[in-house]
Amino acid sequence: MGISILVFSMLYFVPGDPAQIMLGERANAQAVAELREELALDQPFYVQFYRFFHNLASGDLGRSIRTHEKISVEIFQRLPATIELTLSSMLLATLLGITFGVFAAVHRGRYTDLISMMISTAGISLPIFWLALILILVFSIYIPIFPVSGRISSYVEVVPITYFYTIDTILMKNTHGFRDVIWHLILPSFALGTIPMAFIARMMRASMIEIFHEDFIRTAWAKGLRSRVVVLRHALRNAFIPTLTIIALEFGYLLGGAVITETIFSWPGIGRWLFLSVQARDLQAVQGGVLLIATIFVIINTFADILYAWLDPRIRYNT
Amino acid sequence: MRYFLLFIALTNIHCSSSHDINDTLIFARGSDSIGLDPALETDGESFKVCDNIYETLVSYENENTNIIPKLAHSWDVSEDLLTWTFHLRTDVSFHDGTKFNSESMVFSLERQMDPNHPYKPSNGSYNYWRDMGMNEVIKEIVALNDSVIVFKLIRPDAPFLSNLAMNFCAAVSPTAIKKYRDDYFKNPVGTGPFFMSKWIRDERIVLERNENYWGPQPILRRIIFKPIHDSSLRFLELEKGSVHGIDNVDPEFFNRIKNNRELKLITQPGMNVGYLAMNMDRPPFDNLQVRLAINHAINRRALVDNFYNGMATVAKNPIPPTLWSYNDDIKGYPYDPQKARALLTEAGLENGFETELWAMPVPRPYMPQPEKIAQAIQADLLNVGIQAQIVRWEWGTYLEKVSRGEHPMALLGWTGDNGDPDNFLYVLLDKSSAIIPAQNIAFYRNNELHEILIKARTTFLRNERTKLYYDAQRIIFRDAPWVPLVHATQTAAFQKKVTGFQLHPTGTKWFHRVKMMNK
Repeated sequence: MGISILVFSMLYFVPGDPAQIMLGERANAQAVAELREELALDQPFYVQFYRFFHNLASGDLGRSIRTHEKISVEIFQRLPATIELTLSSMLLATLLGITFGVFAAVHRGRYTDLISMMISTAGISLPIFWLALILILVFSIYIPIFPVSGRISSYVEVVPITYFYTIDTILMKNTHGFRDVIWHLILPSFALGTIPMAFIARMMRASMIEIFHEDFIRTAWAKGLRSRVVVLRHALRNAFIPTLTIIALEFGYLLGGAVITETIFSWPGIGRWLFLSVQARDLQAVQGGVLLIATIFVIINTFADILYAWLDPRIRYNT
Repeated sequence: MRYFLLFIALTNIHCSSSHDINDTLIFARGSDSIGLDPALETDGESFKVCDNIYETLVSYENENTNIIPKLAHSWDVSEDLLTWTFHLRTDVSFHDGTKFNSESMVFSLERQMDPNHPYKPSNGSYNYWRDMGMNEVIKEIVALNDSVIVFKLIRPDAPFLSNLAMNFCAAVSPTAIKKYRDDYFKNPVGTGPFFMSKWIRDERIVLERNENYWGPQPILRRIIFKPIHDSSLRFLELEKGSVHGIDNVDPEFFNRIKNNRELKLITQPGMNVGYLAMNMDRPPFDNLQVRLAINHAINRRALVDNFYNGMATVAKNPIPPTLWSYNDDIKGYPYDPQKARALLTEAGLENGFETELWAMPVPRPYMPQPEKIAQAIQADLLNVGIQAQIVRWEWGTYLEKVSRGEHPMALLGWTGDNGDPDNFLYVLLDKSSAIIPAQNIAFYRNNELHEILIKARTTFLRNERTKLYYDAQRIIFRDAPWVPLVHATQTAAFQKKVTGFQLHPTGTKWFHRVKMMNK
């Protein structure tokens, strides 16, 4: 509710009339007035706001003034693309981040630690748009392994059922299509995953180093356990709890913040759709999109909180 | 090692899978279509697809904007130019099997004409019908019989025929409109050489060959329109061979295309103009000498060379050379800073003056780099003593403010709609367009020009209209309300094996004559 009011107000009061933007050079007095009336933009702020919430309460997000389409349909068609990309980049980021973090903590102070941390610092520092273009140039053009852009090759038949192409191609028993979808996912996932990967690696390293000084780890060493068991079973599980917060938060950020990656890789996700809706001052579309992302963000964080309790028996939620 | 070999194996499988089907063309463009109801849309990306799905009563010749028959095989005009009778083809059907006849044509147009039409969609507006002033011209549309349709006009209007060739006047299937209502925009049904078989938003639009097409059968079986937002990526996809054609080619890739034996560049002078308007309601721009000085001060050739990579022509008239009635006798104002300084002195401004130069915040088809162009103009003006401060606004605000005349000088442009000079001259420079909010943002008011433009609107013969527009351009040149800057060139690039594609001045993209040769 709070987010909706904030977003609605911000977009309503920033300069730029949607009708004027839509008509462009052809905007004359009559055209602007008629379009404003047709789109109900001539109504006062509170009327527009009331209408939005009234529709929302009856499960209707309305239609986009930019694309004529129902906003729920727009979101249903685009959100899976973003979730698929976010999941795969978080998977990549988590695997690499934990590996680098643990590796750096175990070899603390040695050159391997230095290299791991250099990679994670680079991950934070490199601008996504630059990294994405370099990845395309190297791995799609000079060494043509991966596709340049998109979710699936144009010549591959796909019937969107869930709009998760990994699932849709499996449902269609199209193994060639499935492989094509995975291949398209790799470069954008890597570009999008570098920043969370770096955060996870640094967090993991710090947590692991802290845990290594705990009594129970000393006890584990004293019992003569193998180092792999000490590190992976005892230290990693405990060090993972604070890292989980980062993973959950980053996942939420990536859902709404993949605009650059989606634009560069022509990924038909919700980030770019939202960006274009903001540009067109498409109030209802932006409202719907932001509301949805905020809801998912809250759900993910709740889910992370529940996971804490599962990972750490000391944490219990009182009802 | 085991994993590495697996990786290489998968890689090879992927690379070998980039096969090519010779009757399917993949065309990449900057963004997806907004919708595919020709009456609702205003964006070029929607029309690129509509051009191949729909047809109009009359159409344009392949290379120019001369009108030729299409769904109407002939037409007659009454002597008073108020009654237009079109004789329709009788062998045409819509993609859904509905017979094309005068009833369906009347339905296609009346749904836009009648504000209370039962099938008026709630999720869009008929912008072009309104912007082209169709309701101020058409009194009535009557289906005389199955194959004859009559338009009764309120006043004679010479551009009327050209308007009928535009996308918004295309025939749409009444059956489909009634069936899909608000969702028709994504279920288009026309009479054209291709029909839409699939649309995955922001991913692809697939058109299939219409096997029952009344005209020559298209050669391609399928066209896939693929949106790729970034112009560099679009080119890389073409270079890699994963798409067969792209449009709006980034000038920085022209040389790579020329040096690549597999690719070719196609260009066509665009039907557009980018201009600098001087607000004649504000001093010192009410002074002819000042306006002439600014015309002489700006190096337009340098703009074309530096910001368009040569892919534009220097403008001297408000209409582009691709348009009939372009007056090539006008020589234009040459770049001459010395003369500019002399003119300023004559105007009593020997020390120059301070002003504002408004620049668009977004790239436009006629001006891809408005800020850099503004900076170049700023430097040229400084060279003759005029200190212009560059002002930018958000795009919607910019349009609103210039239409209210809040600017001293502003950059803007226009892309022609129907191939008629009236669509440039009357809209942008007639005194009736200088009423706030104005499209004539120079606020240029000339009664002599107004009379000529009105006369040209009500004259039917092309050569008479040409003479009138010649005179109009002479008057505008003399009064110099603008600095006409450039006419940007349209570009597209294809793989060499793709033949038969031609860029049209209106920006129309027809694919029915396109074929792909075997390598």
